[in-house]
Amino acid sequence: MSSRSAQAKTPTPRSVKDLRLGESGTICCLEDPEMALKLLEMGCIPGTQVRLNSRAPLGCPITLVVGDEDYTLSLRVSEAATILLKD
Amino acid sequence: MARATLISDPTGAAASALTLEALRDVPPRSHRELTRIALIGNPNSGKSSLFNQLTGLNQKVGNFPGVTVDRKTGISQLTPQHRAEIIDLPGTYSLYPKSLDEKVITDLLYDKGSDQYPDFVVITVDASNLRRNLLLFTQLADLGLPAVLALNMMDVAEQHGVQIDIMALQQELGVPIIPMNARKGVGIAALKIVMSRQLGAPTVSFFEPSEDLLPMIRQIRYYFNLHNDYLALHYAHQFRQISFLTADEKAYIAELVEKYDFKPTPRQAQETIDRYARINDILLNTVTVVRTEKNEPYSNKLDKILTHKVWGYLIFFGILFLMFQAVFAWASYPMELIDEGVTWINQLVQTNFDGPLVNLLTEGVLAGLGGVLIFIPQIALLFAFIAVLEETGYMARVTFMMDRIMRKFGLNGKSIVPLISGVACAVPAIMSARTIENWKDRIITIFVTPLMSCSARIPVYTVLIALVVPPQKVLGIFNLQGIALMGLYLLGFFAAIFSAWLLKLILRTQNKSYFIMEFPVYRWPRWKNVGITIVEKVKTFVFQAGKVIVAISVILWVLASYGPGNALEQAETRVRATAAQQRLSAEETDIRIASEKLENSYAGLFGRTLEPAIRPLGFDWKIGIALITSFAAREVFVGTISTIYSVGQDADMRTVQQKLAAEKDDNGQPFFTPARAFSLLVFYVFAMQCMSTLAVVYRETKGWKWPLMQLLYMTGLAYVSSLLVYQLFK
Repeated sequence: MSSRSAQAKTPTPRSVKDLRLGESGTICCLEDPEMALKLLEMGCIPGTQVRLNSRAPLGCPITLVVGDEDYTLSLRVSEAATILLKD
Repeated sequence: MARATLISDPTGAAASALTLEALRDVPPRSHRELTRIALIGNPNSGKSSLFNQLTGLNQKVGNFPGVTVDRKTGISQLTPQHRAEIIDLPGTYSLYPKSLDEKVITDLLYDKGSDQYPDFVVITVDASNLRRNLLLFTQLADLGLPAVLALNMMDVAEQHGVQIDIMALQQELGVPIIPMNARKGVGIAALKIVMSRQLGAPTVSFFEPSEDLLPMIRQIRYYFNLHNDYLALHYAHQFRQISFLTADEKAYIAELVEKYDFKPTPRQAQETIDRYARINDILLNTVTVVRTEKNEPYSNKLDKILTHKVWGYLIFFGILFLMFQAVFAWASYPMELIDEGVTWINQLVQTNFDGPLVNLLTEGVLAGLGGVLIFIPQIALLFAFIAVLEETGYMARVTFMMDRIMRKFGLNGKSIVPLISGVACAVPAIMSARTIENWKDRIITIFVTPLMSCSARIPVYTVLIALVVPPQKVLGIFNLQGIALMGLYLLGFFAAIFSAWLLKLILRTQNKSYFIMEFPVYRWPRWKNVGITIVEKVKTFVFQAGKVIVAISVILWVLASYGPGNALEQAETRVRATAAQQRLSAEETDIRIASEKLENSYAGLFGRTLEPAIRPLGFDWKIGIALITSFAAREVFVGTISTIYSVGQDADMRTVQQKLAAEKDDNGQPFFTPARAFSLLVFYVFAMQCMSTLAVVYRETKGWKWPLMQLLYMTGLAYVSSLLVYQLFK
C-alpha cells in the first residue's frame, strides 16, 4: 500500500453526531445494540430521515426531528454517535 | 375522496357514533362487578389528562405490591349502573421495560393469575404522532388482552394536517377506536360507554414470532399454561425481571433459552423493525398528511428563545426567582394563618381541659401536626409551579439545558428542580425528584437534596451570625453578616454537589442512564390537572409524612416532659425554694422551673450523656439538648435555647442573643466564641435534623435503607466538619 492511501485511511462512517445544524441524514444502522433497542422504539429505524434540530447551550444534548412527522427527540451526543448515517 | 366527511370531523363524534353502533350487539358488563381497567400509553400521549377526566378527585396513590413504584388508581362512574377501577400505569414506549416504572406494567400484564390483572386496557395514543404511538398498541394487542384505543389529541393532528380514516383504522387494528381530545373532555362519554361493555380480545395480530422460536415458545406456553405465543415470547425475553416467577420457573426458562440459543437483543430489534413496517402499511391505507406549507411548528420557534444560550438561562433563572418568591414570600401569609389556627386550637384545648393527656395532645400531637400542616402552602405553591412547568413541556427544556452540567456530578438534567426547591424545603423537593426515571440519578438527587440550606435553618443562622460576626461593611457595599449567610448557603450547595459526585463513584447500577427522550410540544397547562396534582401531593404529604412526624413529636414530648423517678418534682421544689430567697417574680420563677425541669428530664439526661461526645466540637450539655430536640426540626433550636437559657418562650431574637452573649464558660469567659458559634453553624448546615425529610425519603424510596444512610452520612459530615472548625479556630 502506498503511503498516500494509508494517510487517507478508511473513512470513518458519519453519524448523527456529525450533522450540522439543520442538516438531514438517513439512518443506516445503529451501533450500540443495547441503546439501539431504545432508539428503535423511539422511531429511529434504519431508512428513517433525521434532521439535527438544535443543540443545548453547552453543545449537548441535541434534538433531532425524526421522520416526516413533527416529532422531536432529545438525546446526548454520545448517544447520537451510535446512530450511523448512509452516505 | 370518499372518506372526506368522516376524516375532517375534528371532534370525532361521527366516528364514535359508528363505533358505538358496531358495539350494539356487545353485551354490557354485569352491574355488580367492579371492572378493573388499566390505562396505558406513551409518555405525553395525554394519559394523565384522560385519567383525571375519568376519575376526577376519586384518586388514591398506593404501592404496587412488592415494587417501589407508586400506583395510582381511581374510581370512574362509567354509566349510571357501572363503576370501574382505573389503574394509571406509568408512561412507556414499549413492553420491553427499561426502568423500574415500566417494569410495573409487565408485572401487571403478564400475570393472569394476579388479582390485580385488568379486565381490559385502554390504550391512549397521540393521533398527531401515530407511527411511534402504535408500536406499543400493536404489542399490547398481540398479548390478546381486550382493548380499546383512545385516539387522543385529534385537534393537534388536525392542526398538523393529519387526516385519519377512523373506520378504516378500526378495521385494520381490530379494536374499537374512540377519537378524542382528553384535555377538552371530547370523546370521554363515548369512551365510558365502550368501557362499560363486555369487550372481546383484539381480532388482528401484528407480529408472528419467527418459526424457529416456536418449539421454545410452545414449551413455555405449556409449562405456564399461557394463552398466547407472544406472551410466551416475552417470558423468554424478560424472565429475569418478571417478579412473580419463582426461582425454579426462571431456571426452567433459562434452560430453554440456553437450549434453543435464544438471543434476546437482536430478536427484540428485529421485532421492533417488523412492527414499524407493519404500522407503515397500515398508516398508508388510513392516514393522509396534507401539509399546507413547510409548517415549522410553533414549538420550534419558541425553543429558539427558551433554549437560547443566553436568553434560555436568563428566562430559566427568572422563573426560578419567581418560584422562590412564591415559596418564601407568598406562602408566608397562609403559613402564618395555619400557625395561628393551630395555636388557637391548642389554647382552646389547654384552657378548657387539664391533665397529662391534654399536654400530650397539645404539646405532642398538635405541635407535631402543626409542624406538618404549616408546610402545606409551600408544598401547594411549589407543586403548582412544577405542575405548570411539566404540563407546558417547559420542564423538558430545563433538563435539556442543564443535563451537561449536572451529569459531571452524577446527577442529571432533571435533578435541578429538586435541588433548587430544596432551598425552600427538602420535603416537597424530594417528592419532585420523582420525575427522574433513572434509579441511580434519582437516589443521588434524593440523597443530596437535604444538604441545600432550607428555610428552617434561617433562624439558627441569623441568631448565631449576629452573635459573632460584626455588622461591618466590606468593600463599601457588602455586609459582612450577609456574606457569612451567603457563605453558609454556598457551603450547603457545594456539599450537595460534592456528595453527589462521591455517590456517583460508589453506586453501582445495571440500568444505563439514558437521555433519549421525546421533546414534548409546548402546550397550555390544563388547570384541572394542575389542581388535581396539588391536591394529591398535599394529601400524600399530610397523610404519609404526617403519621411519622406526629409519632416522633409525641416521643420527643414524652422525653422532654418526664424524668427518672421524681426528679422533675424535686427540681421544681428546689427552684421554688431558691426563687423565694431571691425574690424572683412569678414569671421568672416559671421560666426557671421550665429550664430546670428540662435539665432533669430524659431529654436533659440525654443531653448530659451526649456531652462527652460533643465536647470536642465545643458544645456543652445545653447545646446537646438543643441538638436532640432540633433533630425533629431545626426551627426548634431557637425555642429550646430560649428555654434552656431561661428566656421566656415568646422572647424576641435580641433577648436570645443577649442571653447567648452573656453565657459564660467555666473560666468566666464568654461561652460563644467565634469558634463555638461557627462550629455550631457548620453543624446546622450539614446535619440531617429534619424528621419530615427522613419520613419523606422513607416514603419515596419505600424503605429505611436510604433515610438511615442519609442520617448517618449527614450527621457524620456535620460532626467531622464541626470538629475541624472548632479545633482549628478555638
